[in-house]
Amino acid sequence: MAKKINITINGVVYEANSGETILEAARNAGINIPTLCYHKDLCVAGNCRVCIVEIAGQSRLAASCATPCHENMEVYTNTLKVRTARKHIIELLLSEHNADCTRCYKNGNCELQNLAAEYKIMSEDLIPLAAYKNYSIDMFSPSIIKDDSRCIRCQRCVRTCSELQGVNALTVAYKGDQMKISTFFEKSMNEIVCTNCGQCVIHCPTGALIEKNYIEEVWEAIADPDKHVVVQTAPAVRIGLGEELGLQPGTRVTGKMVAALKSLGFDSVLDTDFTADLTIMEEGSELLNRLKKVLVDKDDNFKLPMFTSCSPGWIKYIEHMYPDMLQHLSSCKSPQQMFGALAKTYYAKARKLDPEKIVSVSVMPCTAKKFEANRPEMHDSGFRDVDLVITTRELAIMIKQAGIDFPKLNELKYDRIMGVSTGASVIFGATGGVMEAALRTAYELVTGREIPFENLDITPVRGMKGVREASVIIDNPLAEWKFLDGVEIKCAVAHGLINAKKVVEAVKNKDAEYHFIEIMACPGGCLGGGGQPIPTNSEIRDKRAQAIYEEDANLPIRKSHENTEIIKIYNEFLEKPLGERSHHLLHTFYVERKRH
Amino acid sequence: MAQPSELISSLADKYGRQRESLLPILQGVIKQERYLSEETMIAIAHEMNLPAADIYGTATFYSFLEYKKMGEYVIRICKTITCSMKGKNQIILTIEDMLKIGVGETTPDRKFTLLQTNCLGWCHKAPAMLINDEVYTELNPEKVREILSTYLKK
Amino acid sequence: MTREYNLKRADFIFRNENDWEHILSRTLKKDRRELINELISSELKGRGGAGFPTGLKWKLTSESEAPQKYVICNADEGEPGTFKDREILMKVPFKVLTAMAICAYITGANNGFIYLRGEYKFLQHDLQKAIDEFIYYCNDINFKFSIDIFMGSGAYICGEETALMESMEGFRGEPRNKPPFPTGQGYNRMPTVINNVETLAHTYTIFKHGAKKFYDLGVQFSRGTKLFSVSGDTPKPGIYELELGMSLSDFVNDFGDGDTKAVQVGGASGFLVPRKKFSETNIGYKGKLTGISLPTGGSMMLFNSTRSMYNVLDNYLEFFREESCGQCTPCRVGCQQLHMGIKAVKQGQKPASYLEKLLKLTETMQYTAKCGLGQSVANSFSSIVENFREEMIY
Ligand SMILES: Cc1cc2nc3c(=O)[nH]c(=O)nc-3n(C[C@H](O)[C@H](O)[C@H](O)COP(=O)(O)O)c2cc1C
Ligand code: SF4
Ligand code: SF4
Ligand code: SF4
Ligand code: SF4
Ligand code: FES
Ligand code: FES
Repeated sequence: MAKKINITINGVVYEANSGETILEAARNAGINIPTLCYHKDLCVAGNCRVCIVEIAGQSRLAASCATPCHENMEVYTNTLKVRTARKHIIELLLSEHNADCTRCYKNGNCELQNLAAEYKIMSEDLIPLAAYKNYSIDMFSPSIIKDDSRCIRCQRCVRTCSELQGVNALTVAYKGDQMKISTFFEKSMNEIVCTNCGQCVIHCPTGALIEKNYIEEVWEAIADPDKHVVVQTAPAVRIGLGEELGLQPGTRVTGKMVAALKSLGFDSVLDTDFTADLTIMEEGSELLNRLKKVLVDKDDNFKLPMFTSCSPGWIKYIEHMYPDMLQHLSSCKSPQQMFGALAKTYYAKARKLDPEKIVSVSVMPCTAKKFEANRPEMHDSGFRDVDLVITTRELAIMIKQAGIDFPKLNELKYDRIMGVSTGASVIFGATGGVMEAALRTAYELVTGREIPFENLDITPVRGMKGVREASVIIDNPLAEWKFLDGVEIKCAVAHGLINAKKVVEAVKNKDAEYHFIEIMACPGGCLGGGGQPIPTNSEIRDKRAQAIYEEDANLPIRKSHENTEIIKIYNEFLEKPLGERSHHLLHTFYVERKRH
Repeated sequence: MAQPSELISSLADKYGRQRESLLPILQGVIKQERYLSEETMIAIAHEMNLPAADIYGTATFYSFLEYKKMGEYVIRICKTITCSMKGKNQIILTIEDMLKIGVGETTPDRKFTLLQTNCLGWCHKAPAMLINDEVYTELNPEKVREILSTYLKK
Repeated sequence: MTREYNLKRADFIFRNENDWEHILSRTLKKDRRELINELISSELKGRGGAGFPTGLKWKLTSESEAPQKYVICNADEGEPGTFKDREILMKVPFKVLTAMAICAYITGANNGFIYLRGEYKFLQHDLQKAIDEFIYYCNDINFKFSIDIFMGSGAYICGEETALMESMEGFRGEPRNKPPFPTGQGYNRMPTVINNVETLAHTYTIFKHGAKKFYDLGVQFSRGTKLFSVSGDTPKPGIYELELGMSLSDFVNDFGDGDTKAVQVGGASGFLVPRKKFSETNIGYKGKLTGISLPTGGSMMLFNSTRSMYNVLDNYLEFFREESCGQCTPCRVGCQQLHMGIKAVKQGQKPASYLEKLLKLTETMQYTAKCGLGQSVANSFSSIVENFREEMIY
């Protein structure tokens, strides 16, 4: 336990933990101090200076986010001096800023705007500097727009990309009045190492980093009578969407979301969970196949450990950073792309639709999926497999635009086919979920028995620790898998690319022996994805994770291979995992990319 | 492109491959090539296992770590107060006239680049300028012409 | 030179004394605590600008427990109008090196660095030669110590101690949050003494002649001598060692050209003193003697009546605008606003009363900027605007 100290804030004595900052102590005491560069997920920068407070005995104001408390410190958060200075700072930020809020994507959800509103910055005293700056907007990436004119240089994005993701696609460049957030030689976001994970987007307080939105395109498709618009929703959307629509973090809104999508006018509301289960079937089979090839056949063409491949941010990361490790990746497409390939083949056939007339939309907690859908090889259906990808946030915007009173909606069920979910697929949305789902299925395929964990909850792979390990000993397998008898299958789970890096390095340096590794680009997995509601932070991620595991526990089917539609698709269309059709539609390849 | 990476690996051998070696390495490249090209920064990133963007961000912080192509001789005229008072404008005009370039420009033969800089620490002998690492003080138009003539002959 | 002056000139720093070997070996035999007390009793304050008591700084570092400690000599000398450190390193480098070694001995550091500004690259060669000779001697007397030169690359802000450390670690020279201070967590997050070149040179004098000799010079709160870099409208620009506490009018009588309108004390981050306040201004650190007392890194820029104070301020603000590291709001945007603001007033696009708004803004910069750069822009801004308001407007 941290030592307790006494600190006086605005004349009242509070207890604080020694080592805590003034900001933390104040917030614990229920006193809010505004911040901009501070974010719970990140290290302290102390550069915006809006969090300044007065400390008795000091003429200078202190940045509360960066100043530790001391015993008997006397702090004032709301003196005239503090307010005047804070107002000045907000004015200064606005003067450097292209503050035409009505034309800004973040209008209504912007920390700078909120602060300006709170402090009633009405004067136009200062010289509008934005006019003198050659601000540019980078719109070339299919995922992310970087608009320098909205940037307040808080460096949250830079810290995110480096501390959480270890990508370092963004940097602070130049100095003085020229200082700005830049990429390598100011290249466009789609020419650099950026993984499109969108973590910078959910950590940006303003409209300087936003997702490239496809809202109008979706509306147009819906309005086009010739088009059949199918929509798929990823597992993590149903536990995040509510936050954008007035509900508390951790609220499960699956049925309401389906109802909203139907009322928006989608022709068919389907579930990415279905292809998540399919991923488990394919990836699980691939793993078992690799185990056999490596352990029994000693075939050099197959590599262990096998990495999961359902996180497109992670895929682009490894393509850039560890191209020599690409053979370790599962060849499975992400559930989104599996869905896309099937929507214009299997689904079209079953529903007797012309695939050319199908518009395949996906709602994702993710910005990297926009890039993924745009990858040239993702045309295995003969068309672009997924036409439009929108984030949880964009869906919320559409729901608001449509005038839907979301909390009051009656819950509806997904359409068929490709609308059946299982607990196994729902947990894809949380870090460790793919691993858990895969183990539930693979163990049973190999032994014919349920995995020996109470309630099927494989708790060692759950939680928010950056890297987690688990192992399962195969005991008394079926005849076909005799070679696995007694083998301890070692697994690891990592989330956030900085943790992925640790695991890949460990594998590369042979510091760790694993068979199967799940990696999710975003902290917390998709539930903390770059397309999820803003704000996202550790507390909120915990609540969303809780919701996901509740959803799992409440579903009647909790194993991918028991999904009725999965059984059906293998019977009627795919024949068997890793079969000819699977190979063509559900698997993919990777490319080497540059490291800068 | 074997050349930049050769220079860089030799610099890295000399200064090390830790982060704290970055500035000495960048300075070493500047000494040889007068500026840091994209390829150079990529090669350094590779050699030192650092993110390329980080190198760009760090280099652009420092006025002497140029990232645009420079001439063989980089002339930096002090524009801070004392030099400014003591006639730096005349010096610039003289050079502009001699080399037919403006501030921020490089001669077509890539021999000279003309820049301004902040206080050089020779205010008592203002106006002052640097040509690469060489200092010239108590300048006046004649003196500058003389100095440049010797460089032109080089 | 025939005029009378009350300035007390001194000659310690540049006095050529070829006795550093003796001083070093003699001092390294003394008790550390005694040496610290000697330094504390001299009341030497940092000559880099901030004026922190040097003895206390060394004491704090010596008391920090850590596997590694460092001594850094700050030779980034970027303050406009300051050029004394270069001269020290050119003329008496061994005094500085000796002082670094003594500091290392006292604090328990093993490695020393000299952060030399890129503009002084030409000095590197000779300085390195001196270091080699010095370290050779250290080895001879079995004193384990290293000194490396770290070259800067053209960034004024790297003179700020924590920015300097960031720079040495290979990063952008952005000042850190304080606390922690370098004495606890400096270079590589290890306890570090960082001192200005001149400060170190003074410690040589103190260890050689004893604290009393130093203490007896100068005045209360501002003991000893100081190097002054004199430039601008003066018949004798150059570097002068003078006793602290002198009155500015004495200084102007000696160094002015007879038409001195104002003196900028302490460089662009210092204060402008108009003629009418010369006599009430004393040059020193804290404590009011006869009037205003100004701390200083030793830059004295003289302006005569032909100079426009608007141009001077414009030049300073352009300097800050470019040389700010740019990370914190009040300084990055504040400097731009001040610079463009005075232009707007001058050109009539903003009313004269806009100057008051800007003055208030500088107050905010002073209270809220992250480091000394942003905090001290107010010094020159307010002292120029308040004293030469007319010149700002017309
Ligand atoms: C913007 C800025 C620039 C500075 N530049 C220098 C410098 O060039 N040389 C220097 O010795 N100190 C400089 N300082 C002061 C240092 O931060 C630090 O206080 C000093 O090196 C400590 O040494 P001293 O106690 O011996 O003065 C600067 C401070 C600021 C805020
Ligand atoms: S970023 Fe915020 S303050 Fe800026 S224009 Fe957008 S909504 Fe307004
Ligand atoms: S999207 Fe991800 S990888 Fe790209 S810049 Fe943002 S945080 Fe970095
Ligand atoms: S892009 Fe956003 S997060 Fe990054 S510095 Fe600008 S405002 Fe901050
Ligand atoms: S005050 Fe200026 S120089 Fe100092 S940290 Fe802030 S922006 Fe950088
Ligand atoms: S929130 Fe504390 S300085 Fe930005
Ligand atoms: S002002 Fe030019 S050298 Fe100092």
